[in-house]
Amino acid sequence: MIMKDKYELVIGLEVHAQLQTVSKAYFSEENTYGSMPNTNISVLTLAHPGTLPKANKTSFDYAIKMGLALGSQITEETIFARKNYFYPDLPKGYQITQDKTPICIGGNVIINLKDNQITPENPEGKTINKEHSIRLTRIHLEEDAGKSLHIDGEEESFIDLNRAGVPLIEFVSEPDIRSADEAHAYLTEIRKLVRYLDVCDGNMEEGSLRCDVNISVRLIGATEYGTRAEIKNLNSFSNVKRAIEYEFERQTALVEQNITFGQETRMFDATTGTTTSLRMKEAMNDYRYFPEPDLTPVVVDKTWIERIKNLMPALPRALFLKFTKEYNLSDYDAEVITAEKETAMYFEEMCKITKNYKAACNWLTGNIKGYLNERTLALNQFPISAKNMAEMVNLIDAGKINHNIAAKQIYPKMLENPTKSAEMIATEDNLLLSTNIADNEAFNLEVEGFIGEIMANFPAKVAEYKAGKTGLLGMFVGEVMKKTKGKANPKTVNELVVKMLAL
Amino acid sequence: MIINKETLKNIAHLARLDFEEKEADKMILNMNKILTWMEQLNEVNTDNVMPLIHISREINVLREDVVKPSLSHEKGLLNAPKKDSNYFRVPKVIE
Repeated sequence: MIMKDKYELVIGLEVHAQLQTVSKAYFSEENTYGSMPNTNISVLTLAHPGTLPKANKTSFDYAIKMGLALGSQITEETIFARKNYFYPDLPKGYQITQDKTPICIGGNVIINLKDNQITPENPEGKTINKEHSIRLTRIHLEEDAGKSLHIDGEEESFIDLNRAGVPLIEFVSEPDIRSADEAHAYLTEIRKLVRYLDVCDGNMEEGSLRCDVNISVRLIGATEYGTRAEIKNLNSFSNVKRAIEYEFERQTALVEQNITFGQETRMFDATTGTTTSLRMKEAMNDYRYFPEPDLTPVVVDKTWIERIKNLMPALPRALFLKFTKEYNLSDYDAEVITAEKETAMYFEEMCKITKNYKAACNWLTGNIKGYLNERTLALNQFPISAKNMAEMVNLIDAGKINHNIAAKQIYPKMLENPTKSAEMIATEDNLLLSTNIADNEAFNLEVEGFIGEIMANFPAKVAEYKAGKTGLLGMFVGEVMKKTKGKANPKTVNELVVKMLAL
Repeated sequence: MIINKETLKNIAHLARLDFEEKEADKMILNMNKILTWMEQLNEVNTDNVMPLIHISREINVLREDVVKPSLSHEKGLLNAPKKDSNYFRVPKVIE
């Protein structure tokens, strides 16, 4: 047995999400990313004497929304606390956070794991979705700190306080995560949810979603936890994965050599893929929490919770179930469509008009996604409305237009003229198929002419057909369709061919 | 609780305060006096008494999420001991 196979990972994640409020957590200056340094500041953020905080109501709405989505219990009465420490990006000398009374307690993050192990239930080793639940300890509200810039060659550090006081929610998980893949799935789910609920844009590169990893190793089967390290500075999903893999190697090697090590904070270095111990001047993290005297307690009553419940959009898991169970989409299709709220909403709009869910899904995940990917656009920048797309699907199903003509001629014209419906374009360009034989005598006569020609060209086949080889019908129809350049309704052509061959 | 030299040093460090070595004994004495005096509170039975956090009974004093004119960049940087046109400058925080 390879040495590492004896060990398992024990991981707990702390995820910080910046709330998309327009103003900051405890003061009314603007909360926005990418401004010039030190332009979104206030007397409170700069800790001028005599200034008082006032908490942002919407930050509570967002935290409650998140808690309801994850099945947390919403704390009825919360108080704020001061977490004291000195660092230049926090002029007040303390962070206003929640300590003993986090706004949300408990809950579960349901993650989807891909499994292709061969088991008695899955003898062929197909990739199947496996649901797994990660327990949440709490979600609490707090504020972000400013940014310090350390530039090589400069003798000083630069401080930008635009980010100081931006409202955050911190999700703390139980140590239920056992692999880098599970950590990845957990983060994916959190990111998806904050975006569905419109509480955070989930952008890890810009730091609006950040993650610290608490990680330890232990022998498989052990019940005690090993000594943990907290890994910071992880600004992408892939770095989270790399840091976990590196720490697993490092910690198992130490344990294997019987080297004892203490609990510590480590920084991840993205260029080397390694972690290094953070030498803190402050050996002990003595934050001396105490109740924040400048903010009143906040009581969340039933009315408040009901108001938030009424604002909740459909959640990705519920939509996934609806799409697979009611609409009969495959797990794969449903997953692609529910990955982003915009896609799911567009699809739902289409499904209000068409009942051909599979076709709607194919247009959305094929043609539309392709168009957007080529141009690196978001779905809200797609020119054609869900209604117009769905109506096109209906036209095809009703036999009024041919699918290939729709994809190659009508859809490209709709992209150029988004206000025009598929039917308008098909009518203008004479691409509508005849659905009523009586209405289209002339066209039918033309088609009959083609059929006559083909019968004359293939006398042997006609004879075979008449002798009972009815499978040849498809060949005749195909030939006629070629002649009509796809413009004819296959159903009508079929009827005419049968009629003429029977003569 | 008894304050000794080690606790004194730790508290001074946490508060980022300097004190002169020769004053240490006097400070330890004073701090212990304060703590002993406070210990009188232990005589009161506080079982079943909720901790008092705020004197005021006000709750839910919250702000609507709207942006109001705040401090300008120039005013914000005005009193900084060291600055440039964009940033506050502070002694290097990490090596």
